[in-house]
Amino acid sequence: MRHHLLLRVITKLLVGPILIFALYVQFHGEYSPGGGFQAGAIFAVAFILFGIVFGLDKVQEVFPPWLVHKLSAVGVLLYAGTGVYSLMLNSTYLNYSSFSPSNPISGQHWGIILVELGVGITVASVMVAIYYAFAARPPVINDEEW
Amino acid sequence: MELFINLVLFFMLVATAIAILRMRHLFAVVMLSGVFSLLSALLFVALDAVDVAFTEAAVGAGISTVLLLGTMALTARNEKMPREFSIVPLLVVMATGAVLIYGTLDMPSFGSPTSPAQTHLAEKFLTQSPSEVGIPNVVSAILASYRGYDTLGETVVVFTACIGVLMLIGSFARRRRKNDGGAE
Repeated sequence: MRHHLLLRVITKLLVGPILIFALYVQFHGEYSPGGGFQAGAIFAVAFILFGIVFGLDKVQEVFPPWLVHKLSAVGVLLYAGTGVYSLMLNSTYLNYSSFSPSNPISGQHWGIILVELGVGITVASVMVAIYYAFAARPPVINDEEW
Repeated sequence: MELFINLVLFFMLVATAIAILRMRHLFAVVMLSGVFSLLSALLFVALDAVDVAFTEAAVGAGISTVLLLGTMALTARNEKMPREFSIVPLLVVMATGAVLIYGTLDMPSFGSPTSPAQTHLAEKFLTQSPSEVGIPNVVSAILASYRGYDTLGETVVVFTACIGVLMLIGSFARRRRKNDGGAE
């Protein structure tokens, strides 16, 4: 899409705010609507938009496929690991209150932040990985066909 | 006013669905399914479920439209005409629809405060989560803390979907085919 000047300019303007909005949804999710899944989806949308307009090679320079594949597992491990950590503290699986016995509410906050981060990382990288898998297959659509 | 907005949105949803059914040009169908997702996102906003709404807008209208376009680029641009008209699928769909509509007769009316969903757990979550979890967004408290196992399961499902797609059409599948010595 090299000659679509408007698309390229608008994309460059939009990608930054989309990423910041994703981070806001991720880390402000305790106070406003949002959470890991939503943030991950919005985060992935920024990369996919960039990939559509500037091409797969450019977006893979920023977010290489090997990193995407590893991160999709890291998120699940972070979530499951949070539960294992609470087991190690002699509590039940995923019981965040055990993180700080003197102040269970603070433990809950830590647990929720870690778990939502795990969900966000997995969802974002899975969406991007699936997009890469589809976009990397050969036939490129000609501009005339749109 | 809210009823009017809901009615208009539902009417547009049905109109979009019928248009999707009647079209044979897949590019238009993909675009209309994006429109369908955007309309559902608006409905979720009307239902005060803003988090669901922007997930629907990002995933339904954004990512799945892109993925459907990618699939279309790899396969065909036009839907094949059915070879012959068959009455069986129509009957199956009508029967299922009738059973579903019959099932809704037993459901509590829309937004009813006495529905079971409102009277048992919802009250407990709303009253106890401020002292037990202490975050203002009760939805996050339920998803991440009270229902932590479910959310873990959902995350694993998303991860499994990724593995499935990568095995089928991703770079791993291609590498294995090259090792087998077959041309792509």
